Amino acid sequence: MKTKTESLMAQSDRKLLSGREYRGASRIDGPLVYMRNTHPVGFGELVEVVTPDGARRSGQVLDTSDEVVVVQVFEGTDSLTLPGTGMRFMGEPLTLPVSEQMLGRVMDGLGKSRDGSGAVHGFAERDVNGVPINPTAREYPRDFIQTGISVIDGMTTLIQGQKLPIFSGNGLDHNQLAAQIARQAKVRGSEGDFCIVFAAMGVKHDVARFFTNSFEETGVLDNVALFLSLADDPSIERTITPKTALTLAEYLAFDKGKQVLVIMTDMTNYCESLREIGTMRGEIPSRKGYPGYLYSNLAEIYERSGKISGRAGSITQLPILSMPNDDISHPVPDLTGYITEGQIVFERGMQARGIYPPINCLPSLSRLMKDGIGEGMTRDDHPHLANQLFASYSHVKDVQNLASVIGEEELTTLDQQYLEFGNFFEKRFVNQGFDEDRSIEQTLDLGWEALGKLPSEELQRLSDEEIAEHYGR
Amino acid sequence: MKERIIGRVKRVNGPVLIIKDITDAMMMEMVRIGEQHLVGEVVKLYDGLATVQVYEDATGICPGDNVYGSGMSLSVELGPGLIGTIYDGIQRPLEKLMEASGAFISRGLSYDAVDHGKKWEFTPVIEAGASVHAGMVIASVEETSRVQHRIIIPPQYQSATLSEIAPSGSYTVEDVIATLVLPDGRQQKLTMLQKWPIRLPRPVSSRLALKQPLVTGLRVIDTLFPLAKGGTVAIPGGFGTGKTMTQHSIAQWCDADIIVYIGCGERGNEMTDVLREFPLLVDPRTGQSLMERTILIANTSNMPVSAREASIYTGITMAEYYRDQGYHVAIMADSTSRWAEALRELSGRMEEMPAEEGFPAYLPTRIAQFYERAGYMRNLSGSDGSVSIIGAVSPPGGDFSEPVTQHTKRFVRCFWGLDRQLASSRHYPAISWLDSYSEYLSDVKQWWNDHSEGAWHENRLRIMDLLQKEVRLQQIVKLVGPDALPDTQNFILEVCSLFKTAFLQQNAFDEVDRYCSVEKQVKMLSVILAYYEKGLEAINKGVPMVKVRRLRAVQEMARMRLTVKGDELETIDKIQLRLERSIDQIGGIYEN
Ligand SMILES: Nc1ncnc2c1ncn2[C@@H]1O[C@H](COP(=O)(O)OP(=O)(O)OP(=O)(O)O)[C@@H](O)[C@H]1O
Ligand SMILES: [Mg+2]
Repeated sequence: MKTKTESLMAQSDRKLLSGREYRGASRIDGPLVYMRNTHPVGFGELVEVVTPDGARRSGQVLDTSDEVVVVQVFEGTDSLTLPGTGMRFMGEPLTLPVSEQMLGRVMDGLGKSRDGSGAVHGFAERDVNGVPINPTAREYPRDFIQTGISVIDGMTTLIQGQKLPIFSGNGLDHNQLAAQIARQAKVRGSEGDFCIVFAAMGVKHDVARFFTNSFEETGVLDNVALFLSLADDPSIERTITPKTALTLAEYLAFDKGKQVLVIMTDMTNYCESLREIGTMRGEIPSRKGYPGYLYSNLAEIYERSGKISGRAGSITQLPILSMPNDDISHPVPDLTGYITEGQIVFERGMQARGIYPPINCLPSLSRLMKDGIGEGMTRDDHPHLANQLFASYSHVKDVQNLASVIGEEELTTLDQQYLEFGNFFEKRFVNQGFDEDRSIEQTLDLGWEALGKLPSEELQRLSDEEIAEHYGR
Repeated sequence: MKERIIGRVKRVNGPVLIIKDITDAMMMEMVRIGEQHLVGEVVKLYDGLATVQVYEDATGICPGDNVYGSGMSLSVELGPGLIGTIYDGIQRPLEKLMEASGAFISRGLSYDAVDHGKKWEFTPVIEAGASVHAGMVIASVEETSRVQHRIIIPPQYQSATLSEIAPSGSYTVEDVIATLVLPDGRQQKLTMLQKWPIRLPRPVSSRLALKQPLVTGLRVIDTLFPLAKGGTVAIPGGFGTGKTMTQHSIAQWCDADIIVYIGCGERGNEMTDVLREFPLLVDPRTGQSLMERTILIANTSNMPVSAREASIYTGITMAEYYRDQGYHVAIMADSTSRWAEALRELSGRMEEMPAEEGFPAYLPTRIAQFYERAGYMRNLSGSDGSVSIIGAVSPPGGDFSEPVTQHTKRFVRCFWGLDRQLASSRHYPAISWLDSYSEYLSDVKQWWNDHSEGAWHENRLRIMDLLQKEVRLQQIVKLVGPDALPDTQNFILEVCSLFKTAFLQQNAFDEVDRYCSVEKQVKMLSVILAYYEKGLEAINKGVPMVKVRRLRAVQEMARMRLTVKGDELETIDKIQLRLERSIDQIGGIYEN
C-alpha cells in the first residue's frame, strides 16, 4: 500500500518521465496506436508521435491502464510501423498556443501553418478541449445581429452569442448563405471589434477556396483565422479541428473582447470521423452506428459559445451540416437541434423553385429571438408580425395541399388570398440576392406588404393598433 | 487528518475508472481520486477491483493514482439555505465555484452546499424533555420570506427524548441546536444540517390518495389533461417543440410551495435565463419573487456526464426533504433522456451487455425507481406533503417509439405529447390534444367541479367530443373541400379552430396570457361552448355560418386570452352576454 507521500513522489517521477521516448507499438488500428510498457500515463495527455523517418505528429491518450495506453494520432497513422513508431507522453493535456496573430492565417486542424508564411506564433497555451462555462457566469445573449437577410432577421433572428446551425443538404446554397452572413452581419449602433474563425472539416478544396475568395473580396481576410482539414486530409484530424478553432475563438472573445463569428462546416463529417474511431475501438453504437456519447461530444463543441458577464466579447456559432438524404431526423441534425439555440432549415424544393436563400421558416427557429426583438431593439411590431407571418404561412401550406386535391379554382376566395400571400412571401420576402443587404425596417415593411394580401380579420396575432398603423400601407 | 486510501487507479476510460488493490471500499461510497481530489463514486466491487464513476473531467488521472475513501455514500446536505441556490449535479453551489475559479469551472473544488457561516433566526416549537420521533418538527427558521424551514428530527432516530433545545436566537447550521437521548441511552447532538444519500428515498409514514390538481396556469394542461399533486407526468417532444418552455412556465406559475428545477444535460443559457428571470417574476398568489421558492440544479450538456446521472437524484432528495416538512414540491427534470443517455454511456464504458439501442437492461428499473419517489404522502411527522414529478423526454428523431419514451410511459400516469406539426405552425404550447392523456381525471374531478360550479367535468367532455369530431370532418375536407359539408358541420370546424387559437394556444411571453387562473379558464371554456350551442341553434334556423363567425363578439372571444386581465374576469361574462344577444338577433331575422 502506497502512502500519500509515495503517491506524490510518483507524481513528480512522472514529471521527470514525461517527454521520454518509447519505441515500438504493440498494435496499430486505423488512427489508434497501442503502446505497452510505458510509465503511468495520464488520461487525455498530449502525445508526440515520432514516425520511423523522424517526423513528428500529435496524438492524445484515449484510454490508459497498467497494461496498455491507447493513443489517437490526429495526422493519421499512414506509414507508421510497429517497431519504428516512437512516442513521447508530454504529461500535460492537449493545448494550443493562441494569439491575435492567428487572424489572417491559414492553419491545419491542429493550428499549424498551412499557408507557407512560416510558423504560427501563439503566446497563451489553452486546453483544446475547453472547460465548461459556469452557467452563473454567463450573460444571456440579447443583441440583435442584422444579417440583411429578411427571412433570418424577420423570422429566425440571429442574436450575438447564439449558436444557430444551418441544416442543409448536398448541392444547396449553404456556403453562399454563410458567406453572405459573414459579410453583412452587424450589430447596429455598435462598432464591435469583429472577427471570424472558420473551421472546415472534410470539405473539398473548392469550398475552402470559395470562402477564402469571399473573405478576400470583402477585404476581411486579415480578420479571419482559417483552420482547414480538408477532404483529403486524415479523417481523424477532423475530430480536433472544431475544438482548435473554438480554443482560439474563446481567447479572442473572452480575453481580447472581440465579437467572434465561428463558421464550422461540415459538422456531419466531424461526426462521421467520431463514428469511425468508435467502431475501431469496438464501442457499442447507438443510432445509425454513431457512438452513444455523440450528444455530449457535440455539446462540448456547441456550448463553447455565448457571452460571459463582465467581459466584452462574444462567440456566435454558425455550424453548417448536411442532412444525409435531406433527413432532419438523422442523428447528426437531430442531436444538433437538441443542443443549439434553434436551427435554419433549408428545403430542396425551394431552391428548385429558384428561391434564395432556400429557407423554410416553419421548421426553422431562433430560440433567442424573443429577447432580442421588439421595441428598442428592432421595432415594436416585430414580435407580433413574425407570429402572424408564421401562422399565416403555415395555413398556406394547408391550402396548397387542399388545392392539389380539389384544384385551385375550387378554393374559397379567402383561401385564394392565402395562396397569393404565400406566393408573395416566398418570392419577395424570402427570396433575395446574394449581395442584397436589407435593413430590418425594409424586412418588416415587406412582411406587412405580404400581409396586405390577406383581409384584416385574418390577422388575429396583431393588435388593432398595429393593424391601424401598418396594414395596407 | 490521515486520509483513508481504498485503492489505486488501474485503468482510465473516460469517466469510468478501474481501481485495484482494494481495501475496505464500500459499495456506493463517495471517493476522491488522485492528488487533485476529483469526486467519484464506487459503483461495483469484484475480485479485489472496483469500478468508480468520476463526477469531473477525467483528464490527467493516471494509473497508480491513489483513491481516497470518504466513508459515506454520495449524499446531499439538507438544511436552511438551499432555496434560491443554483447547484451542479452533485450539489456544489455554482456561485461559490465561480468565486473560486472564475467563469470556467475548475476541477477538484469542493464546497458546502449551504453556507455554514450564515446565521439563521431559530425558533423552537417544542420544549426540552418532550419525547420526539423521526420526522417531528422541533423548530422553525425563516428561510425566505415565503418558506418557513421546519427543522425536523432526522429519519434515522426513530424515537428519542429531547434533552435540550436551544432557545430562540440566531445560529449557524453547524451550531448544536438540540440534544437527543436515544433509547439506548446514548446522547446525540443535532444541528440544523442533515445528510442524506441521494439514491435512497426518504422514508414516509404512508402514501395517500391523490385528490388535488397541481394547478399550472396553462389551460391545455389544467382544463384538458390535469396533473395531480403527487402525480407524475412525461413531456416528450422533438427538439424545439416546447419541453423547456412548458417546464419553465410550470415552474413559474404552478401552485406548489417549492420548485426544484433540474437542468440535466441541457443548455447553459437556459439556466442563465432562469437565474435572470425568476428573481424578477412575481408569484400571482403570494406576490413574492419566484426565486424565493426555487432550487436550481444545472448540470448542462457540456458538464461531466456522471454528474448528470447523479443530478436527478440530488434534485429529488432535496424535494423529499421539503415534502417531509409538509410542503408541496414540484420537481422538473429537463431532460430525463439525457439522464438515460448518461446511464447508457457509463454502462457502455463498463462494458455491460446492452439491451435496446445500447441502453442497459436496468433502464426501466431506474426510471421506475425515480418516478416512484413522487407521491402525496403522510409524513413521519404526521403532516401531509407531496412531490410531483414533471419529466421531459427528448426522443431521438421525435419518435415516441424509442425505449426511454416507451418505458417512461409505463411508469407515469399523465402524458403531454408535444407535436412537431403544431410547433412548426407556432401553436404553443404544442401539446397534442389527441395524443395526450391524464389518468388523474377522476382523482381531481371533485376539486375541479367545486371550483367551477360543477361545470368542469361536463364541459371538458363536451369540448373533447367536438375535437374528436373535428378530426373526422377534417379528413372529409381534405378529400373534397369544405364546401361539401353542411353549415352545421362546418360550424364544428369553426368552433374547434376558435378553441385552438383562443383557448389552447397560450403565449408564454405575453404578460397577461402566460398565467391563466382557474376562474378564467372556467369562464373561457364556458363562453366558447355557449358560442357553439347558440351558433348551432341559429344555423339550424337557417342563419348562414359566415354571419355568425363575423360577429364582433366572436372577434373579442378570439382575443380574450390576451386582453382580459386576471382581475377583470367579468369582461368575459359581458362578452358572453353580447355574443348570445347578437346571435339571438340575427337568429330572429331568419326565423320569420
Ligand atoms: N408557450 C410558448 N409560448 C411561446 N413560445 C413558445 C412556447 N413554447 C415554445 N415556444 C417557442 O419554441 C421554442 C422552443 O421551445 P423549447 O426550448 O421549450 O423546446 P424544447 O422542446 O425544450 O427543445 P429542446 O429539446 O431542443 O431543448 C422557444 O424558444 C419558443 O420560441
Ligand atoms: Mg429544452
